[in-house]
Amino acid sequence: MSEHLPTMWEEIRARGYSRRDFLKFCAWTAAFLGLESSGIGQIVHAMETKTRLPVIWLHGQECTCCSESFIRTSHPIVGDIILDHISLDYTETLQAASGFQAEKCLHDTMTKYKGKYILCFEGSIPTGNDGVYCCIAGKTMESILEETAADAKAIIAWGNCATYGCIQAAKPNPTEAKPVQKLISGKPIINVPGCPPIAEVMAGTILYMLTFDRIPALDGQGRPKTFYSRRVHDTCYRRPNYDAGLFVETFDDENAKKGYCLYKVGCRGPVTYNSCAIMKWNNGVSYPIQSGHGCLGCSELNFWDNGPFYQHLASFPGFGIESTADDIGIAIGVATATGIAAHAVSTNIRKRKLVKKEVDVSRIKNIEKEGGNQDA
Amino acid sequence: MSTSISMRRVYVWQLPVRLYHWINALCILVLAATGYLIGNPFALQNSAEAYLGYWFGTVRFIHFAFAFLFFFNFVYRIYFGFVGNRFAKWGNFIPHKKEQFAEMLQVLKIDILQTAQAPLKAIGHNSLAGVTYFITFLIFLFQSITGFGMYAAMSNSWFPSLFAWIVPLMGGDAYVRVWHHLMMWFFIIFAMIHVYLVFYHDYVEGRGTISSMGGGWKFIEKERLEKDVTH
Repeated sequence: MSEHLPTMWEEIRARGYSRRDFLKFCAWTAAFLGLESSGIGQIVHAMETKTRLPVIWLHGQECTCCSESFIRTSHPIVGDIILDHISLDYTETLQAASGFQAEKCLHDTMTKYKGKYILCFEGSIPTGNDGVYCCIAGKTMESILEETAADAKAIIAWGNCATYGCIQAAKPNPTEAKPVQKLISGKPIINVPGCPPIAEVMAGTILYMLTFDRIPALDGQGRPKTFYSRRVHDTCYRRPNYDAGLFVETFDDENAKKGYCLYKVGCRGPVTYNSCAIMKWNNGVSYPIQSGHGCLGCSELNFWDNGPFYQHLASFPGFGIESTADDIGIAIGVATATGIAAHAVSTNIRKRKLVKKEVDVSRIKNIEKEGGNQDA
Repeated sequence: MSTSISMRRVYVWQLPVRLYHWINALCILVLAATGYLIGNPFALQNSAEAYLGYWFGTVRFIHFAFAFLFFFNFVYRIYFGFVGNRFAKWGNFIPHKKEQFAEMLQVLKIDILQTAQAPLKAIGHNSLAGVTYFITFLIFLFQSITGFGMYAAMSNSWFPSLFAWIVPLMGGDAYVRVWHHLMMWFFIIFAMIHVYLVFYHDYVEGRGTISSMGGGWKFIEKERLEKDVTH
């Protein structure tokens, strides 16, 4: 390319940040990514040499909470540089352009940075009724996704919507909403679930790709290992209460005041993989459990359908709204016990003669043998 | 039944089978009890600080320890199904002969309809019992996979991580947990029916079904043994 594109460092400098701020930002990023101390140097180097990362950020069926979360990252450079300035060539929510200009922006980026741009997708994609539930510029979201994904370097699926379908895909899923990974194949997809994902997790994922020019290490479900390899439960500060068997029984009891474990009031921490207990929210102020409410499991598949939220055991599909596995088990157990009792009674009535005869016969035989039980 | 019954001792259950049975019974008892507690812990209203207690951690530890015992005991039984005597062999569990299906029908008639029937031919497991145990083996496998799958997240050991694939396959820990929990009820109900039927058959047939799992011997009609020695 003939035109000189400013490096990240130049862009940051132009925004009025000092070298000191810049280095702090690099150290902060390295810490969130869990890199060793030499990683800071790598980030500094990458920022000084790499140009902007072209990003197309699409919004499907969603509530924009992912974007809202992202603009609240604790380091201002993320918001200033990554969001406002550096990357977003096209995003419905934040771009200045509208109408034909906006569409032109999208196509310009797609042709100019063919195979180089990152596609960030926020929201799910409705596929019911030919996708009429979410259309932009006369095109369905599914066709927009297919078109933009075709030449993308990688796709980041923001939030539970883009990863698993979230509330739109909850039963009965009227728009037949689907996540990105169900529609696109053959492209690297990074799933960043959560409703929304933690701002630092989003920033960390993008900054990793920017710094190292590769996909972060992903787990079996395509989530960055750095942020999703541990359960909220395992990193929770209330965990000692769980091991000691100290549980909140209701939200207004003494145990709740003492900050005991929320396991019995439906906390999904033990089945949820996320960094909430470590990074926390809103610049590290708090996270749901710290605020006295159980985890809802918002970064897990079908978390809306795993309700009710305030009971430990999910209700079991097909057996009524409130029936759990235990209710079903107890009902079958009682039925079985009744059956056994009835069977035992009928056995004694119907087999009495038979057993009596056998008893008589064996008695006679034993007398004949004179108590002889000596088998040949 | 003929009027002159003469019984002969037959060594049916070898020691490994009997050991397996009782270790398995103990494991299932402990696993169901601790498993139920893990799903529904006691409500304790006290003013203790967390560092003073560890009872829930201990319950979980017992559950995990017995899970390992349960699994390797199960693996041993699978092996013994190839090398044990004819009553322990896999052929008893997977019906593949016409007479096995006929016997299943006969057992249903005896057990449920309680109609007068010729005495059961089977010396070891009857075909219906065999199939039922095969289903329990499948559920043992399911419980082992789902259990270790959930355990993998809190273990650095290589062994549980062999089962970690089940979690994404079933759609996350929440689903694995619900199914693992539901299958506990299968064991409870199985145990109820199993114990009852053992008493029932012992009572009706007088072959010593109950004690056979202690000493290994059953008492079989002489005629029956002479008629068909190959079975």
